Amino acid sequence: MSAEYPAIRLTGLTKVFGTATAVDHVDLDIAEGEFFSMLGPSGSGKTTVLRLIAGFEQPTSGTISLFGQDVTQRAPFDRDVNTVFQDYALFPHMSVLENVAYGLRVRGVSKRDRLARAREALDTVRLGGFGDRKPSQLSGGQRQRVALARATVVRPKALLLDEPLGALDLKLREQMQVELKELQRDLGITFIFVTHDQEEALTLSDRIAVFNDGRIEQLGTPAEIYDRPVSPFVAAFVGTSNVFDDEVSHRLFGHGGLHSLRPEKISIGSEASPPAADRTATGTLAEVIYVGSSTRLIVDLDAGKRITVLEQNDAHRVGEDQRGSRVSVGWNDVDVVDLEPAITHQ
Amino acid sequence: MRLSRAARGILGGLTVLVLAGIYLPLFVVFVNSFSTSTSLSWPPPGFTLEWWAKAFRSEGALDALVTSVQIASVSTLIALVLGTLISLALQRYSFFGREAVSLLVILPIALPGIITGIALNNAFRTILGVQLSIYTVIVAHATFCIVTVFNNVIARLRRLGTSIEDASADLGAGLWTTFRLITFPQLRSALFAGGLLAFALSFDEIIVTTFTAGAGVKTLPLWILDNLFRPNQAPVVNVIAVVLVIVSIIPIYIAQRIAGAEKIVR
Repeated sequence: MSAEYPAIRLTGLTKVFGTATAVDHVDLDIAEGEFFSMLGPSGSGKTTVLRLIAGFEQPTSGTISLFGQDVTQRAPFDRDVNTVFQDYALFPHMSVLENVAYGLRVRGVSKRDRLARAREALDTVRLGGFGDRKPSQLSGGQRQRVALARATVVRPKALLLDEPLGALDLKLREQMQVELKELQRDLGITFIFVTHDQEEALTLSDRIAVFNDGRIEQLGTPAEIYDRPVSPFVAAFVGTSNVFDDEVSHRLFGHGGLHSLRPEKISIGSEASPPAADRTATGTLAEVIYVGSSTRLIVDLDAGKRITVLEQNDAHRVGEDQRGSRVSVGWNDVDVVDLEPAITHQ
Repeated sequence: MRLSRAARGILGGLTVLVLAGIYLPLFVVFVNSFSTSTSLSWPPPGFTLEWWAKAFRSEGALDALVTSVQIASVSTLIALVLGTLISLALQRYSFFGREAVSLLVILPIALPGIITGIALNNAFRTILGVQLSIYTVIVAHATFCIVTVFNNVIARLRRLGTSIEDASADLGAGLWTTFRLITFPQLRSALFAGGLLAFALSFDEIIVTTFTAGAGVKTLPLWILDNLFRPNQAPVVNVIAVVLVIVSIIPIYIAQRIAGAEKIVR
């Protein structure tokens, strides 16, 4: 059945809270075994979509299907998906082992079986010796793993993760990203991952949906999203972009419309020796920011646009990178992305 | 914050004064329960255990005690069930008239007892045509006992949030299972505190009781009021009072211990 139907299908999904439309006619198919990210700023509707899939909210209109079955009217306990909550939502009065065994307990699994399976699940998240502790005695990263074990021990068909790494510090977050990816590959089930962190989404996902104002602004692989953003919003939200308006586009590219160009796709040289590229333009260096592996250069183009250029630090460097010095920047036509102005939101 | 010597002296003196204002009269009651004087004259002319023996043989006092415990227990039980249900309804669901219901639930504790008493008396006898009995007292007490349970439980529910209940539902538990295994254990100490207060409120209630008690229903406060000014009974009343003080210290102590233990866990 999994071949015929997507793991999750959203059709015309809409959720209105009072006068605010949180989710606006979202259509989406998510395949079985896919690591799917919903990326967007806060208030873009991504968490509401997740809560609708889990069943904590009822849609105003539209349907949700799991493996071809319409579950729109079903309660959360009647859906084969499980959630890892942003605040973990561990039960404070139960031990770690009881927390993990809970889903099996309410399904009527015998005490011996459920404790054995819960121990096994704790082992897979490397918390084997922590079963007797209370959640309050664990660190943030450990609680995160307990929440993962608790949600996966009942073998859901899809796992919903609501900004699960948001509360962790950078090092732990990078480590958990790797663990999440491994866990998803081992389990072979669909992960739906909500995040506002574009780097996290790019790193982990098979596909990404970029949310803005309750709608999906772009849907695609990380490379598609990053290299070929369709709108100024996506270009600016995912990574850094130089977005050129109609007027500047005319001067720089010879034709109108909205365009974007990634900072790392632009090369830089002195005015006297411009970089080898399809097109070049001249400007004045406004700022030089050293960021370790690379240097960020802010250039005021004579065409009337301030752009950001990212240069690897082992690469050719401009003179002494003096602020105020004249420079020449160059890029290849293939790296210029046409944006659709129609999708601009306020 | 550092206080000057004078300020510390004044504040300390005031504290002693206020505590003395509360506890000296209780101490006088305690001493008088051993006094040989039947008119509570001070200082006591001599000491005796006669009143203690008499009190424990006084059927009127013991019956009244049993009646009071029965009324307080049943009305507390009703308050626990109804108070929890109304808290869940008002905190977890939104519906038309929610704010109004919330106000109406709290109101009985603010209403003067004499108003509640007369209103219930009237409702029971003339409108419902019910004979006043111990049951009418229980219903009357439950109206204000609910408030203490409600206040405690709704505050706890608000602090608890809904995410652990969501998690429980997400893991496959139905509404009742979620309440039994997740919500109720988190409410237990709030229920205990609210129930304790409800019990105490009912136990020393006198005005509403007067208006809603059937003939022959005598609670301990009513019995004390009846006997206080009767010749030769005053020292027995003192004995009962001392016993009540000792009995009420125990639950307060337990409640404080529970509150203290919870703070450490959190």
